Amino acid sequence: MLTAVIALAALALLAAFGLAIAARVFAVPHNPKADEIEEVLPGANCGACALPGCAELARRIAEGKADIDACPVGGESAAHTIAAIMGMEFEGGAEREVALVLCKGSDQVAAKRFFYNGIYDCNSAVLVFGGDKACTYGCLGLGTCAGVCLFGAIDMVPGGLAVVDPEKCTGCAQCVAACPKGIIKMVPASRKLHILCSSHDKGGVARKHCKVACIGCMKCVKAAPEGAITMDNFLAVVDYSFEIPAEVAAECPMNTIIVTGDAAGACEEPAAAAGGDA
Amino acid sequence: MGSGRFFGGVHPSYNKGLADSSAIVEMPLPERLVVFFAQNLGVPSQPVVKKGDEVKKGQVIAEAGGFVSTPVHAPTSGTIGSIDIYPSPVGVDAPAAVLVPDGKDEWFEGCNVERSSEGLGVKKIKEMIHDKGIVGMGGATFPTHVKLSPLAEKKMDLLVINGAECEPYLTADHRLMVEHAEGIRDGASLFATVIGVRNVVVAIEKNKPDAIEVMCKAVVGCQGFSVEAMDVIYPQGAEKQLIYTLTKRKVPAGGLPMDVGVLVQNVGTALAAYEAVRYNRPLIQRVVTVTGSGIREPKNVLARVGTRFEDLVKFCGGLEGDAAKCINGGPMMGVAQYSLDAAVTKGTSGLVILRQEEVTQFVSDACIRCARCLEVCPMKLNPSALSIFIEKMRFEDANEYNVMDCIECGCCAYVCPSRRPMVHHFRRAKAEVRKLQRKTG
Repeated sequence: MLTAVIALAALALLAAFGLAIAARVFAVPHNPKADEIEEVLPGANCGACALPGCAELARRIAEGKADIDACPVGGESAAHTIAAIMGMEFEGGAEREVALVLCKGSDQVAAKRFFYNGIYDCNSAVLVFGGDKACTYGCLGLGTCAGVCLFGAIDMVPGGLAVVDPEKCTGCAQCVAACPKGIIKMVPASRKLHILCSSHDKGGVARKHCKVACIGCMKCVKAAPEGAITMDNFLAVVDYSFEIPAEVAAECPMNTIIVTGDAAGACEEPAAAAGGDA
Repeated sequence: MGSGRFFGGVHPSYNKGLADSSAIVEMPLPERLVVFFAQNLGVPSQPVVKKGDEVKKGQVIAEAGGFVSTPVHAPTSGTIGSIDIYPSPVGVDAPAAVLVPDGKDEWFEGCNVERSSEGLGVKKIKEMIHDKGIVGMGGATFPTHVKLSPLAEKKMDLLVINGAECEPYLTADHRLMVEHAEGIRDGASLFATVIGVRNVVVAIEKNKPDAIEVMCKAVVGCQGFSVEAMDVIYPQGAEKQLIYTLTKRKVPAGGLPMDVGVLVQNVGTALAAYEAVRYNRPLIQRVVTVTGSGIREPKNVLARVGTRFEDLVKFCGGLEGDAAKCINGGPMMGVAQYSLDAAVTKGTSGLVILRQEEVTQFVSDACIRCARCLEVCPMKLNPSALSIFIEKMRFEDANEYNVMDCIECGCCAYVCPSRRPMVHHFRRAKAEVRKLQRKTG
């Protein structure tokens, strides 16, 4: 009995001694600031900062190798807290950006060319004649973008159309990379007027394909401040460096332009339209 | 030469009886032709005509865009009506010229002139084959002059003329062999001269006894020529499987037939090459099998490149009332069309039209790991594991499991009890792997 206790105690002492030495010899130099910063970061490991994860970004910020506002998801509030940890001043960086799907063509308004019953994924569907929509530019509605969004900010409205909730969107831009049609753009969160179409088809063709397509009539171009909306190959495109008055939206004969924000429901308009059919 | 048997494969219902006894008929010129500028695998050709241009039959309307590219010629004389994007039958939208025939069908200067092919140098023959826009007519449309330029260090010793035509329904190559055996043989001699081989095998599946007989007669007295009758199994006509059947040689993964000293050319390509060299005729027409239960009069049609499917269907008596699906190519590897606006390209070997009762919309299910796909995959891949990887977006793993070696023959999907869209998965993975490879250089 006594021998056993002594033997075990001796073993424990030996192991503790070994561990104590190992802890010294193999110690990883650690910046305590990095831990604090990691606490502040969202912890989603979304990759929006183009680094392997939040811990890596925290380490780089602590070492001064990355900007304190390098996390687009954490945004300004995270940047302020990180500035305090680092003992720096945060003057306010670039404006918060959110994703926007530049298409309004749900099944209720956009024509289909054929019946697709293949793999339920936009990147697979696009391999079959570019997708089933008559408009070859529009949202395929199979939800690949919603699938990659770690923040649940993309809703697939009935009728197959992706809609980003700007409140939930953290600006990580994963959806931008996932969309095979390339119709998701990052836009400044403060801007409210958007032209929700990506079709470069000529007016007549675009109209035939979709009831809410930009037909290139240029009414909005004329109504907006000079240079704020420009034509790119039959498509009106907003230059987000301009502030555009909300009244311009009313000029659009196709109801392609939306104004988000005050009228909270504006961006979910296609969903409302779907209600009747469902 | 042993008659081996490649691994895997399936026995679909061939349904070749619908059209295999009807002789090739030439189709009268339709009202307009839609000629795609990209008619070959590789670099797309560059258009050299604009709207309103008058062109003659056989005139170049698009020039080769690089080495792995071929010119495209006007299929008849007429006016270029417009140049726009059209749905191409292989599943993408592509730029094409609408050619409005003037009805005269006049040849461009120098075309369709008989000349001797004796004593032509290798370089000259290859140049003619390139200039006349010859591509692989089995469906892949790979430029023929490129295949005829194997690397110098590869020792070539066998030319295979592929008349297997293992794809169900299609009979275009079959009729070509029955009706133009001499032309195919002479085209094969040209190829043999170019790559410097003595042995030529015309490989035909046993379900075409009349073609075997005619080809046998045609090659009598030709040194080094032989005709091989092969077992009927899909995909017997796939290049690597064909080579294994004939020679037991295995083309290495990611390799080409030239790595084992073999060149494979389709019978249609051989005939087209012969006509290009002997008669200076560009590739502007081909035999298209219009068949299936959904068409009134199944036929083997000699149609101009650019003939719209709608005109083809009309020429074959129109659709049956409950025609439901139209496939460019055969049912195993073909691409279903959403409209008859697409047009014949150099690779269109058939148009299969099925009735409602033959068309099922499958709902795919989870893989039950029955491994039937492993038993039939002629490339000895593991389609089951691959499809699961791809579902989980694990494209690097799919690459590790050699998804790039998939020949998209569709055997796995054909036997899958869960009706999984295997080939669709693999096409997706191939696209993603190529993207990854571009990224990592």
